[in-house]
Amino acid sequence: MSTADLHTLTGAYAAHALDPDESAEFEHHLARCAACAQEVTEFAATLARLGGAQAVLPPPDLKARVMAALPTLRQDAPRTAPAQGRRGGRLAKGWAKLAVAACLALAAGAGGIAVQQHQQAEQARARAAALQQQQERLAGLLTAPDARTVTAAAQGGNGLGTVVWSHSRGQVGFLASGMPAPAAGTTYELWFDDAGTMRPAGLLPTGDGSLLLTGALDGASGIGVTVEPAGGSAHPTTAPLMLLPIT
Amino acid sequence: MSAVVHLPGPGRPGSVLKDLLTQVARGDQDAFSRLYDAIAAPVLGLVRRVVRDPAQSEEVAQEVMLEVWRTAARYRADQGDVMPWVLTIAHRRAVDRVRSAQAAADRDQRAAAASHTPAFDDVAEQVEGRLEREQVRRCMKTLTDLQREALTLAYYRGYTYPQVAEVLGAPLGTIKTRMRDALIRLRDCLGVGA
Repeated sequence: MSTADLHTLTGAYAAHALDPDESAEFEHHLARCAACAQEVTEFAATLARLGGAQAVLPPPDLKARVMAALPTLRQDAPRTAPAQGRRGGRLAKGWAKLAVAACLALAAGAGGIAVQQHQQAEQARARAAALQQQQERLAGLLTAPDARTVTAAAQGGNGLGTVVWSHSRGQVGFLASGMPAPAAGTTYELWFDDAGTMRPAGLLPTGDGSLLLTGALDGASGIGVTVEPAGGSAHPTTAPLMLLPIT
Repeated sequence: MSAVVHLPGPGRPGSVLKDLLTQVARGDQDAFSRLYDAIAAPVLGLVRRVVRDPAQSEEVAQEVMLEVWRTAARYRADQGDVMPWVLTIAHRRAVDRVRSAQAAADRDQRAAAASHTPAFDDVAEQVEGRLEREQVRRCMKTLTDLQREALTLAYYRGYTYPQVAEVLGAPLGTIKTRMRDALIRLRDCLGVGA
């Protein structure tokens, strides 16, 4: 395609009307054509006016779902040359804070026996590292191209549960938001619904946390949540708080 | 040019949004909450216009919001204001959704089950920006029929320009140039840019 032809693609490019190959070819051209880049920027601003004129009032629970998912997502680094930045410093801070919080939480629960403290700290570090790994996998799942989500309120309206899944990854995550903490000696347990047979999928000991479910999606038609004795059960022993369909 | 009325774009002034986005890039969830309030209505509105199905539109809008959170640090102020940056993400994701064959099948299935979904169009008038809508409508009227149809099919329906050419029975080259001409005319009518 000639340069003149490419230049006339600014409008179609800004409106996402090019196929992926043409779009890539045009972006290659865009990097070397300041006038084209300027025009694309102006067209994007023009189209934003068309888009903004369509504004509708979003349902309140959309915000709750979005806010609940933020802590599970790693934020991208700025687009700067590696030599210039304090790479990692600012970005790692979120995770470092998480790890510190986990250490503090565990240390606070461990009591004050000095001898145990080192061991406790080591365990806390291991727990924090495992937690971070899980959060990263969950974040990866949330950004899978075929990631889908469904949200439901718990029985009695106590909080929300969101299931996110990706068939391409065969994985499922669960995010709890504003659910009451389980009573002492109990835990939330997640289940894969295999055509009515419930398969254990992991334990969630808090009402405001997230979990990458253990086990594969494997054609499960839904995800259930029950309250079970601490340590979990092999089969549900209480009525489900919520059942979320997976399509 | 004396007829051009310069109204602020949708949402808050650009500099406020830029400041919020800078804070969001640093992981500030309170800033994100305020940014969300400013961008959620246009994002969901645009996505709904393209995707149509209310449940899928909410899913896409949620993906858009999370992408904004994730990629806030990638925003470059020299490449335009925050709202166009956000709505470009929203439009790309909406278009990706309608172009996926899987989504088409889902949409048909869900359409049957969607009768109980609230009609957000009913509340659209409550959202700020009636003047904005009026101005966009007025500027769209300044386009030729072919310009307007080409742009509408591409932007609001997510058609590729070959699909637009097919539907309108016009050569590919004509559609390409009409879409660009339409945007130049709208840009000038809306007073966008320089």
